[in-house]
Amino acid sequence: MQTPPGYSMRRILQLMARIAVVLVLGGFCGATLVRLAPGFGTSEEELDTRLSQGSVEALRQAHHTDESLGGFYIRYLGQLLHGDLGMSETFQQPVRQLLAERFPETLKSVGLGLVLAWVAGLALAVVAVMSRLWLVDLATSLLASILLCIPAAVLALLFVFAQAPGRLALGLIVFPKIFHYAKNLLAQSAMLPHVLMARAKGAGGFRVLVWHILPVAGPQLLALAGVSVSLAFAAAIPVEVLCDLPGIGQLAWRAAQGRDMELLVILTMIVTLVTVVANSAAELLAQPMRAGDA
Amino acid sequence: MKWARLASIVFLAVVTVVCLLANVVAPDSYAHQFRDVPDAAPSHQHLLGTDDLGRDRFSRLLFGTRVSLLLAPAAALLASVLAAMIGGVAGFAGGWVQGGVMAVTDLFLSMPWLFLLITVRALLPLNVSPLTSVAITFALLGCLGWATAARVVCANARTLRNSDFILLAQASGCSGFRLLIRHLIPNLMPVLYAQFWISIPVFILTEANLGILGLGVAEPLPSWGSLLRELEGFSTLSAQPWQFVPLILLILTVSCFHVATQKLEDWA
Repeated sequence: MQTPPGYSMRRILQLMARIAVVLVLGGFCGATLVRLAPGFGTSEEELDTRLSQGSVEALRQAHHTDESLGGFYIRYLGQLLHGDLGMSETFQQPVRQLLAERFPETLKSVGLGLVLAWVAGLALAVVAVMSRLWLVDLATSLLASILLCIPAAVLALLFVFAQAPGRLALGLIVFPKIFHYAKNLLAQSAMLPHVLMARAKGAGGFRVLVWHILPVAGPQLLALAGVSVSLAFAAAIPVEVLCDLPGIGQLAWRAAQGRDMELLVILTMIVTLVTVVANSAAELLAQPMRAGDA
Repeated sequence: MKWARLASIVFLAVVTVVCLLANVVAPDSYAHQFRDVPDAAPSHQHLLGTDDLGRDRFSRLLFGTRVSLLLAPAAALLASVLAAMIGGVAGFAGGWVQGGVMAVTDLFLSMPWLFLLITVRALLPLNVSPLTSVAITFALLGCLGWATAARVVCANARTLRNSDFILLAQASGCSGFRLLIRHLIPNLMPVLYAQFWISIPVFILTEANLGILGLGVAEPLPSWGSLLRELEGFSTLSAQPWQFVPLILLILTVSCFHVATQKLEDWA
C-alpha cells in the first residue's frame, strides 16, 4: 500500500513543529539556567573597593544583571537567532568559534563509533538469530552483556591503557545496546508465521533474512538508529575527556568544571537538536516501510 | 535460567549485607591514612593493599560499595515516584495535559543523558562537603532519570483509564483525585516496581561515569566512581592488578542486577 502524499507532508510538518518546540523549550530552559547560574552578570571589576555604588550599579546594568527572566529570554533568543552564541568564560573565546573547531571532531568520532557499533551489533545479532545455535547465542549475548556492565569511562580508560584509538571505544560503548535491541527485534520477526512458512518451504537463510525478517524489523531498527545517535553523543563525553580527543564532549566537561553555563547550555541545546533531527529523520524513513507492511 | 537468577539474588544480598555492616567488617576507616605504607601490596593487614595516600583499599571498597548500592536505589525510588506522578497524571488526564507532558518527556529523552547531567551538576556548587556531594549526585540522578519511566507509566495509565473498573468507579461518583490514588496508582505498581529495579544498574553506572570524570562524590568519601578513578594511573595497573577489584565487583553487581531483573525488563 502506498503512503498518501498528504499524510507524508503532514508528518513532515509535525516533525518540523516538534523541532521548533524543542528549540523554543530548549532555549527557554537554557536561558533560565544561564540566568540563574551563580555569579551571572557579575564581573571582577565590581570587587574593586575604589568604585562608588553608582559605578557598581552602572556596571551591573551593562551586564544586564537586573533584567527579568522574560526580558533576558527574549534578548538571549534574539542573540541566538542572529548567530551570536555568546562568549565562553572558561576559554575566553566566542562559543561559535569553539564549536566550529570542536564539533567536526565529535562528528567524526560519533560517525565512526556509530558505523562500528552498527556493523558489529547488527552482524552479531544476525549471526545469533540465524544460526539458531545456543552456543553462538550464549557467546554473543555474554560479550554484549559484559560490555553493557562496564562504565563508558572505564572502557575509554582501557583503550588509553591499550594505546588503541579512542574513537573505537565509542563504537564499543554503543555496540551492546544495538546488539541487544537488534537481536530481540530480529528474533521476534524470525518467529512470525510467514517466516516459519518460508523456512518450511525451504527458503535459504540469506533469502529469509533479506526478504522476510529485515522488512518486518526495519522500522524498529530505524527507530533504534535514531536513538543510537543520542547514545553516541552521551558516550562522547567520557571518551573525549579520557582519550584526549578535542571534541565537544571534552569541551562540555571543561565547561562543567569551570561552571561555564553559557557554553554548556549551547552545547546541550545543539546536541539535543542533532538527536531530535536524527530521530525525526529515522521516523520519516520508517514511515513508508510501516505503510508497506500495512 | 532460574538458577542464574537465584545466584544473582544471593550474590546481591550478600554484597548488600556485607556493605551494610561495613562499620563492623572494614578493618579501618575509609579516610584513615597509613602514611608509612602508601601504595602497599595486599597483606594480612591490608587485604587489597593501600592507595597512594596510604588508605586501606578494602575498607574503601566496602564503604564505597555501600554508598553506591544504597543511594542508587534511593535515586531509583525518587525517579519512580516522579514518573508515577508525572506519567500517571498525564495518562489519566489525557488530552492536552498528556500531550504537553509527553512533549516535555520527549525533550528529556532526546537530550543525551550525560550532557544534561553535567549541565545541571555545573549549576550546583562543586566545592561541597562529601556528604552533600553524595546527596547532590544521587538526587540529580533521581530528578533527571524519570523520563523513560514516565513514558511507560503514561502508556499504562492511558490503558487503565478506559478499563471497566475505572469506568465503574467513575459512574459511582468517585472523584478524579480518589480515582487516581485509590484505583489507578495501585494498578500501576507492577510497572513502577519494574522501572525501579531496572533504573538501579543504570544509576550505578552513571554515578561511576560521573565519579571517573571528577563530577561525582567528593573525596575522601569513596563511591564506585571515585574508586575507579584510580584506574587513571594506568602505568601502575600491570604492577598492581588488585586495583581492578572495584571494577570487577561493579561489573558483577550490575550483571547480577540485569540477570535478576530480566523478567521485569519484559514487563516494562
